[in-house]
Amino acid sequence: MSIQELLNENCVYWMRAEEGPNSDIVISSRIRLARNLRKTPFPHLLDRETGMRIMEEIKSAWEGSSLPILKDQELVNFDRVTALDRQILMEKHLISPHHAQSDVPYRGVLIDGNGSLCTMINEEDHLRIQCFLPGLQVNQAYERARFTDDQLENRLDFAFDSRRGFLTSCPTNVGTGMRASVMLHLPAMTMLGQINAIFNNIGQLGMTVRGLYGEGTEVIGNLFQLSNQITLGQSEEDINNNLSTIAIHIVEQERLMRDKLRAEMHYQLEDSIGRAYGILTNARVMTSNEAIALLSNVRLGVDMGIIRDIKLEALNELVVAIRPAHLQKKVGREMDPFNRDVARAQVIKERFSQFLG
Amino acid sequence: MYCEGCKEKLATVHVAQIINGQKVELHLCETCAAGKGALMFDLGNTLSISHLLGSLLGNPYEVQDLQTPSSVQTCPSCGMSFASIKHTGKLGCSQCYTAFEQELEPTLRRINGNSQHVGKIPSRSGQQVLLKRQIDELKTRLHQAVSKEQYEEAAEIRDSLKDLEKNLE
Repeated sequence: MSIQELLNENCVYWMRAEEGPNSDIVISSRIRLARNLRKTPFPHLLDRETGMRIMEEIKSAWEGSSLPILKDQELVNFDRVTALDRQILMEKHLISPHHAQSDVPYRGVLIDGNGSLCTMINEEDHLRIQCFLPGLQVNQAYERARFTDDQLENRLDFAFDSRRGFLTSCPTNVGTGMRASVMLHLPAMTMLGQINAIFNNIGQLGMTVRGLYGEGTEVIGNLFQLSNQITLGQSEEDINNNLSTIAIHIVEQERLMRDKLRAEMHYQLEDSIGRAYGILTNARVMTSNEAIALLSNVRLGVDMGIIRDIKLEALNELVVAIRPAHLQKKVGREMDPFNRDVARAQVIKERFSQFLG
Repeated sequence: MYCEGCKEKLATVHVAQIINGQKVELHLCETCAAGKGALMFDLGNTLSISHLLGSLLGNPYEVQDLQTPSSVQTCPSCGMSFASIKHTGKLGCSQCYTAFEQELEPTLRRINGNSQHVGKIPSRSGQQVLLKRQIDELKTRLHQAVSKEQYEEAAEIRDSLKDLEKNLE
């Protein structure tokens, strides 16, 4: 599958819930490795000429590898990708909002067919190697990202210092250059007011919590991104094991809270799930945030067996398919916010009738 | 004081957060504070990691900032000054880590609690470091072998140590 097919498809690999453990609560796992070339200005200082040279170096490193894991990837310069398509990559969580804004030829991605490996080129660092997998698979995602890293390092001189580790543009990433994260869906803990109790203490464990689209974004749809804060003085394995352990602990808490809801607030629970379902299937105009919040309730209904015949994978897809760029790609034209709200309600209605059909 | 969110209304809500042991204060109006919720502060760029970091780097309590002459110099490789690093929260190139080592040290320690890398070593760029780590490991094993009086094994280890140390030179 090429990048064009990936852009036209709603589904990318991390959405395939049935292929990942604990995917009812842990939607996806991500590893990001920041790497830079030696003696080369970091991307925020790049001029076109140096930028193009870096792009060429990365291109020949990629072309020089005969291994399938790299051969199966495609290198795409962003001057060849429309603003809408870049936004689609961002809405699928494959690139950062910041990277989606670049349209210069020396920025781009090295991406595989199903979106499980996606390296951002000349974003905040020269390379940000990423791997995305469904469910709780932090260690597996690291193994795959590490493999791409090893292959590229065979042919590229990375900036590395014995004391500081991998040198990165922002000193908050120096060391392993690794950010490991899991996307968690925690409606029951939110409803029962348990979220702050857990997340207020997470900082002491070297972890941090962010919103749906990473740094500086708000929490919507009860979706929380848990990631490591510390990058220096701990090994990748330790960081990943810590993150997985904490994620499992939170998963268990969420399951406990769900049981509590079922036992003590059965009517209220079914009521809010039923209402969400009713609005999603009947509304004619719907904002993105409202849809994501309601889909969170439906997802909880599916997890708890209250709603049948809907797969988690379909819901993962739908949360992305209703974002502005995906809607505009589907309709084939640019739309103002109101028309998007109308199109969104329509898409949701269609999908739900497919689920039941 | 005006709200740090909308910059229009008076700030009436004051929040203090501890991030990595460092106190960060927010001053917001009621509308902005209500919109943020207790957990996330989405104030656009003013509170992004790089801005917070910039303020950490420019902490007035860092006395050496004023004393070390290198704080007025620029990176010999990319020409970045420490003042602009403080402003953007980003370094200019990998050599900045050496040029501004003294200035960065306390911040790295504060963020991570430890400023020595113990993670992955790249096989090519980190060849020397890998060798050193291997040598250290062998030395430990040599000590163990000698203390257990396993002299045959100790001799083997000593030979491979010699080989490795040759490579290091």
